Formats: sequence, structure tokens, C-alpha cells
Amino acid sequence: MSDTTQQNTEEPTHDIAASLRENSQHEVNKSLTDAARIEYFREMVRIRRFEERTLRAYQQGHIGGFLHLYIGQEAVAVGCVSLMGDDDHVITTYRDHGHALAVGMTMNECMAELYGKHTGCSKGKGGSMHFFAPDKNYWGGHGIVGGQTPLGAGIAFALKYQKKKGCCLCFMGDGATNQGPLYESLNLASLWDLPVIYVIENNGFSMGTSLGRHSIGTPLARRAEGFDIDWKVCYGHDIYEVRANISEAMKRAHEESRPTVLEINTYRYRGHSVSDADDTYRTKQEIQDYKDTKDPINLFRDHLLETGAADEETLKSINASAKEEAEQSAQFAEQSPFPPVSDIQTDVYWETDNPDEKVSEGTIFFNSIK
Amino acid sequence: MPVIEYRDAINQALAEEIIRDPNVLVMGEEVAQYKGAYKVTRGLLEKFGPNRIIDAPISEAGFCGLGIGASMLGIRPVIEFIFWSLCYVAFDQVINNAANIRYMSGGLINIPVVFRGPANGGTNVGATHSHTPENFAANTPGLKVVCPATPYDAKGLMKSAIRDNDPVFFMENTLLYGDKAEVPEEEYLVPLGKAEVKKEGTDLSLIAHGRCALLALEAAQVLEEKHNINAEVVDLRSIRPLDEETIINSVKKTNRAVLVEENKPFCGVDAQIAYLIQEKAFDYLDAPIQRISSIDAPQICSMPLEKQQIPNVERIVSTVLTQV
Repeated sequence: MSDTTQQNTEEPTHDIAASLRENSQHEVNKSLTDAARIEYFREMVRIRRFEERTLRAYQQGHIGGFLHLYIGQEAVAVGCVSLMGDDDHVITTYRDHGHALAVGMTMNECMAELYGKHTGCSKGKGGSMHFFAPDKNYWGGHGIVGGQTPLGAGIAFALKYQKKKGCCLCFMGDGATNQGPLYESLNLASLWDLPVIYVIENNGFSMGTSLGRHSIGTPLARRAEGFDIDWKVCYGHDIYEVRANISEAMKRAHEESRPTVLEINTYRYRGHSVSDADDTYRTKQEIQDYKDTKDPINLFRDHLLETGAADEETLKSINASAKEEAEQSAQFAEQSPFPPVSDIQTDVYWETDNPDEKVSEGTIFFNSIK
Repeated sequence: MPVIEYRDAINQALAEEIIRDPNVLVMGEEVAQYKGAYKVTRGLLEKFGPNRIIDAPISEAGFCGLGIGASMLGIRPVIEFIFWSLCYVAFDQVINNAANIRYMSGGLINIPVVFRGPANGGTNVGATHSHTPENFAANTPGLKVVCPATPYDAKGLMKSAIRDNDPVFFMENTLLYGDKAEVPEEEYLVPLGKAEVKKEGTDLSLIAHGRCALLALEAAQVLEEKHNINAEVVDLRSIRPLDEETIINSVKKTNRAVLVEENKPFCGVDAQIAYLIQEKAFDYLDAPIQRISSIDAPQICSMPLEKQQIPNVERIVSTVLTQV
């Protein structure tokens, strides 16, 4: 039942441009309007420019803690999200900025969250790893590697229970494939016919440990076979290829209520988190080679120009306005207030935030500060 | 009024809430076909079918996380641990996810899940299966924790827990499942955060939760009959939220407090209760607060020794006698 003709990252003869052209003719791609193609480009560029601006803000000391950048992987989030319908949902890892912008969260609320400001998407309570937007079917942003994988099965379970024809896209990195809860989730998803798609964004590194040093039994998606789950491996530098493969998985989820494991080979240009020294586990040349040959934004830009879908000027102006939007979001974040101290104890319990409907009694917070 | 077992009181609460709300379902190992490892869920599969009463594989992290994920979209799962000790293999899900998602989302998401099962020692099953994690749970903001001691409280608290929009950790006791008591046929709720004075007294306050509240009642009877000491027994019922008022009022009346719990002593629930009493009733105390907890070691398996390790009536009586 599984596709055994999957590609792998080491394939030397992979003709990137030809493959992109071919994928552009896949049924989910060939009828795309130029405007739609340009939108995908815009989304990828917005993510990249936003994150570059977050990096500057981090270096300037406005953002503390971790900052896990998605730069290099943009075609995965944008490609997958581009096919979502009203009853399709997303849950992801701590590397969550790209997915957040792709589902339609604003740069302002995301940047302000990174700054720990009251205007952030979680009012400054979640931070970089914990963005949420349930109104956009976006359920986080989860800090613990693999911890979101049972939640993804649960979202799919709820959709099925509510008889909705939707699915859950549950993203993870290659590192998460060595966490136990993933396999518990795969078993449950297959056993109970849940419409969940586990997307492994394989960027080659589990923090600072390369694929070959952290995993045996690759491709990683093949592990789905043990659970009778359909699986596939594809490339993530080509948004058309991402769309083609995710659409197949979504069809399976919608029509057969069956899970899929889709491994998407991609690459991140920055460290696991920006504060990590990434020269311990890979060379600058390796990063440069990927940028030169497989950068998802550059490849798509070239394709849009080649096919006449857009002219240089349009794409340049998209880039400029994304840069400007990112800059504005940083200013918005900077000018926004921090949450008040009293906010530390809001949003802990539904009940204390909704006192008119409170039914329990007694003391719920135990403060030592008077 | 019908007299029913503790397990059936919970069973009734589950059945009533499943009928009341189509989003309520029961999930866990052996809960459906096998009728529950301790028969708490017996008959529910036959009544409500496999969509509402769901057997899960032995995958605590998997099905706990699945339940939490489903609850984000409005499902209200009641998830059984055969023993609460098993929550440790699902700790990331029940702590990081259940307790924190509301907070980290800035209040955008609720997690209306109930996790339930027995949390007790005294059953000769060794250290891995005898944990009493109510202190762990209560140490985690975002969670609510209840420990009912009687069939009446178990039913009323379970119904409240299922209707609660926050995650509730519901801790039962295998030694109580067969206890019988009167439970009304008409609907009632016991609110979370409300302790109950199970016996009025004047000479000291025995403050306890879970099965220890029943031990305290037995001890109070011995104290009265053999030592002419009139102990008051306060059953916390709920750990978080906590009914501070009932605790403090009792201590102000009796001027002495002996705290009884099955937790191990270090950072047990009663450490917090003792802090509370000294903070809010210091001037009323005529004696230092005493604590009776399990003896501080992993749970021993040997049957007669385990009976000594967990609190028992003799230990409560002898501790009280040093107080008054």
C-alpha cells in the first residue's frame, strides 16, 4: 500500500528545474491562476522577511529565550496550508512562525508575542514556541518535541466524532520521530481510522545532531508501514511538489478517514535556535550549497518569471512590502505595552476568567505575595 | 434512598453526563468490553455503544494526548487511568499540555478533560502502582484536583468535574470502590472546592482527604470511646481549589490540627495545609500542627509492612494522644 519509489536527499541526478516544471502540471497545480501563484510567493517571502526581522530584534535584545527560525523551509508550510478547507486544522512544533503566518495570523500579533507584549497573539504568555489561533484552525505552537503528535490525533478524532469531513495536519521535525508518543499516536490514528496527516519536516538535523547520527531505519516515513499507514517522501524546496503530495494525503483523510505520514525533505538555514552555534555539526558550505540550488523562494521566483506568471517588478515590490510589513511589526511590538503584572494569573483557569459562570468554590491561587 | 457502591456512584455520574451532553465520552484501557479494570464503567458500553465508551490500547501518553487534543475542539473526554501511577508515562501530556495550553494560548483554548482513576497504596502492588500524585497535580496551576472519599461525594464531584471547563484530576481509591452508602436518585452536584465537616468536634481537627478522611472518622470514634476526646473531622474532598475557610474555621474552633494524608511527607498536600493554618490561624493554635503521612520511602510490597507504611487508625490515635 505504500509508495516505495520515494526519492531521497542524496539522489544526485535530481533535476530541480525539470521536476518543478513537472510538478507544476500536477492536477492541484496546473489550474492555479497567476494570482494564486503570486500569493504563494508572497506568503513565503513574508515568512522569510518576518523571520529575518525577528532575528535582528533578537540580536538587539528585544526578544529573549529561544527563537527557532523556519528560514529555508517556507514552501512546506505555505504549500500545505494552501490546500486547507474550513474543516482542516493545523498543529505544529516550536518552529511555528511560518505556519502561523501561513494560516493568516498577522505579523503584528506574532512579533508582539515574541517581544512578550500584551498585544501578542497569546498576550505575551506563550512566546516564540507557543503561537495559537483557534479561529484559524491553528492549534499551536508546541514546545516539547513530539508532544503535539497525540494532540494532532485528538483533533482528527474530534473531527470524526463531530462527523466533519476535515483533517488535521500535524507537523513535526525529523527529531520528533524518535519520541515515543509519535508511535502511540500512529497506532491510534491507524487503529481508529483518524483523518490525521503527520508531516515530518525533515531538515536533516535533530537540534545539532544530523539525521545519520540520530536515526536508523530511513526514510523516516517508512516507519509508518508498521502501522499500516500510507507514507511517502518528497522534497520541500518545491511548493508544487509539497502541494501535490499533501493533496493526496488530504484526499485520503477526507474520503477514507485514513492517516498518512508524509516526510518532506527540507533544510533550515539557521541554527536549531538562533543562539545555537551551528558550526559544530555542519559547514557553511553545506548551507550555501542548499541556498544556491534549492532555496524554495528563489526557485519559485525563477519559475514565476520563466512562465510569465509575474514580472520582476511585481516580485520586487512584494519583497519590499514584506520587508516593510516586517519592519512595521517590529515597531508595533516595540511600542506595545508589556502585559500588566495582574495578567500573570489570568488565562490559567477558564473559571476564574469567567466569574459569572463560576460554580466551584474555594481558593484556586496560592500566592505568597500579599 | 438507594445504597450503592462507590464504583457505581461514579458509574451513575458518567452515565448521567453522557446522556446530558453528547460531547461527553469515556476513554481508557479496558473501560468498554472488559467493563473497567475495577468495574467502574460496567454496563456503559451496552448502554451507550463504542463511540462513547472507547477501549484504548496501553498507550497512556497517546490516548491522554488524544483526549486533550479532542477537548480543544469541544469534546469532553473522561479518561481513565487504571491506576493514577500510570500518569507518569503520560506526564508531558497531562502536565505540559492539559495544564498549560489555556495559559500559553492567552485564554483562547479550553481543555475540558477529566482524568480519573485510583490513586492509593495499601493493595500490595509495590512502588510502581501505589502513587498518590495529588500533590504533584495540585502543584501545577491550570489543573484542578479532587479526592472523594464517599460514594455520595464521588458522584457529585464527578458530575461537577465533567461539566468543568478546566482539566480536572479525579483521584479515587481501589480500597473504596466496594464501599456502600446512600446516594440520592435525584440529580445533585458537589461543587469543587468545598470541604465537608464529616464529624463535628471540639477538641481537635483531623483534616484529611481521600480514604484518610474515613480513617480519621474511625480514629475519631476510637478517641471518643476510649479517650474521651471529641475530634472534628474535616474532609477536604477537593485539593485545588481548596476550601480554606472550612479548614481555618475548624482550627479556630478546636485550636489543634492533625493532618492526615497518604502522600509521602515531603511536599505533600498537607505541607500546604500546615502552612495555611500557621498563616491564618497562628494565634488560635494551642499545639504544633502534626502530620500523618505515608512513611517516607518507596511503597513497600510486603503486605503487613505496607499497612504500617500508609496512615492507619492506630497511628492517627497515637499521634492525637501526643497533642491533647
